[in-house]
Amino acid sequence: MARVEQKRLGMMGDEAVAYAIKQVEPDVVAAYPITPQTIIVERFSDYVADGEVRTEFVAVESEHSALSACVGAAAAGARAFTATASQGLALMWEILYIASSMRLPIVMAIVNRALSAPINIHCDHSDAMGARDSGWIQLFCENCQEAYDTVIQAWRIAEHPDVQLPVMVCLDGFVVSHTLEDIEVLPDEAVKEFVGERKLVRVVGHAGDAFYRLDPTGKEPLSMGTFAMYDLYFEYKRQQEEAMRAALRVIEEVGHEYSRLTGRYYGLIDRYRLEDAEVAIVGLGSSMGTAKEAVDGLREEGIKAGVLRIRSFRPFPMDAIRGALKDVRAVAVMDRAMSFGGPAGPLMMDMAAAFYGLEEGPVMVNYIYGLGGRDISTDDFKAVVRDVLKAAEEGVKGVPVRFVGVRG
Amino acid sequence: MSAPTTLRDIASRPDMLYQGVRTCSGCGASLIAKLVLKALRKPVVVVSATGCLEVASSILPYTSWKVPWIHNAFENAAATASGVEAAYRAMMKKGLIKEMPDIVVLAGDGGTYDIGFQSLSGALERGHDLLYVLYDNEAYMNTGIQRSGGTPRYAWTTTSPAGEVLKGKLEAKKPIALIAAEHRVPYVATASPSEPHDLIKKVRKGLEVDGPAFLHVICPCPRGWRFDPSLSIEVARLAVRTCFFPVWECRWEDGDMVLELTGPSRLIAEVPELKLPVEVYLAIQGRFAHLFKPKKLESLIRQIQADVDANWKLLLRRAGMA
Repeated sequence: MARVEQKRLGMMGDEAVAYAIKQVEPDVVAAYPITPQTIIVERFSDYVADGEVRTEFVAVESEHSALSACVGAAAAGARAFTATASQGLALMWEILYIASSMRLPIVMAIVNRALSAPINIHCDHSDAMGARDSGWIQLFCENCQEAYDTVIQAWRIAEHPDVQLPVMVCLDGFVVSHTLEDIEVLPDEAVKEFVGERKLVRVVGHAGDAFYRLDPTGKEPLSMGTFAMYDLYFEYKRQQEEAMRAALRVIEEVGHEYSRLTGRYYGLIDRYRLEDAEVAIVGLGSSMGTAKEAVDGLREEGIKAGVLRIRSFRPFPMDAIRGALKDVRAVAVMDRAMSFGGPAGPLMMDMAAAFYGLEEGPVMVNYIYGLGGRDISTDDFKAVVRDVLKAAEEGVKGVPVRFVGVRG
Repeated sequence: MSAPTTLRDIASRPDMLYQGVRTCSGCGASLIAKLVLKALRKPVVVVSATGCLEVASSILPYTSWKVPWIHNAFENAAATASGVEAAYRAMMKKGLIKEMPDIVVLAGDGGTYDIGFQSLSGALERGHDLLYVLYDNEAYMNTGIQRSGGTPRYAWTTTSPAGEVLKGKLEAKKPIALIAAEHRVPYVATASPSEPHDLIKKVRKGLEVDGPAFLHVICPCPRGWRFDPSLSIEVARLAVRTCFFPVWECRWEDGDMVLELTGPSRLIAEVPELKLPVEVYLAIQGRFAHLFKPKKLESLIRQIQADVDANWKLLLRRAGMA
């Protein structure tokens, strides 16, 4: 695949998502408005109203129905997209598990926002973390460009025959969704060619082989969303895990193919100045851009720091993380969500598991930051790096959890 | 394919449910599903809400459905069907399929009156071309006979028991079909498995209109209503003959609701003496046994009769027959 000529457009993250979806032109978009996701559905409604897409836009009466309609549409064999945030994702929770277990390759943009109470419209990752175990692939984006690119890639990952799982494309509320950025966009035809048509998998149904869909001709009937007891349920769950393992490979393959087209590569993780790093910041989303800026500053002071941004949170790329941090002695694990009463933040728990049982591993300290949109600055990240270096000097016991930028 | 009009026609149509549906003996739900699928005119996709019919028809590794079928969750059958319909519509626009299949929802009272009410209302408002069939067994039977918005007044359920003080459910049944009709959708009707021709004709009309149609079917439940399984059709018949569950259909013309009574209900409207007292309907069901034993609670039975009469009068007025 040869590099294509791209166009530079100024867009906010939400607009970039809507633009990518216009280019993909899925069959069905079912969505309900919620701040800070609204611009996605508003822009997409404009595309529908102007006849730029043939997509059926279903303006449902709740997020629960948005995802339910996507399940119906994807089961019918269509491409289905939705977008939400925060309370909306929480309302969808029941159907998240159904979509993934029914192996429906839906794509959903999550504009990360804090959960009530108190009601708050700004960024943290509590919403996505609540969906962590729902069987969806979760890709976290750093900026508008990546949000655009990831929404295009998501279909290829979701619909890969070895995967067949829904994908969440996570972008930080306001910081990405409402921030104007110059981004490179592909021509429509290049996007269409890259995503292709959805290829349905063949399955064995009760009336013989069938495409995995609700056959509109009735000739290949399937029963979808059936009832399974202890004799069969567990196998469904085991297969979902196999699909997640396969996704680790597919995310990278799709990333490489996309980079040949665009010159931009995204895989499971994003390494920044890690080659000779002694200390690393590990985290998700837009604040890793700030962390990179902080690392540049620290390097000028002679501190060999780097950033490991985890793009694929589910599946969690254990091997890639271990490899990237093998020569790093101190790691600051940044969590923009909490697991109340748990041992640490959700990312830290996975990081601890990634190094569990190994003879050597970095000293890790967990930092909870940025809840409800609280800002984090380069100075904050510099302080975090100094703190974790000190912890590495002094040694730590267990899983230390510290808070950044909060009173009390 | 034209709609079957005689019993012979109905019998000659293939069953679109396999034998061996694991519903209880005498179950109204599987019978209603079978009758609904006799009215088909072209390929159909069935969407089920969680409930008796869904569970009993899809226990892996078996299925009862000869037609493409999907179950998503309890409260979202209408939303799921909206997505299915939108998907085929998009495929039609792209020339990927030649014909829209019919889309039929089969949901119980819990999935319609209560937890699924929002998604139903949304789908009706948006105007998706689908037929929503409510099989109303008047309680959460699948979970063990708990009261729903469809449970009638003074009926015993496990969450509205007949106690020393409270005598079953205190509240009246929600007028779900009229609520659906007030969405100004092209076709709403009520039907009973005791009147199979009428039911099938209404299914067919519901499929033929362009836009949403809602069919409310009374669904006797031997387990939950406490009667002998051999009496299911008789119970349904008495529901109609007492006007406890009148059968009618409704469309909108020039901004007006045009409601017509059908079958036995029309006859009763014309010959009021044919209307049976509700007591005969109550007396054969164990869920109302506390109204008769140990002593007859006349005032409560009178209240039920008053409810029935008021609803009947309202329908007669709306049908222009009062």
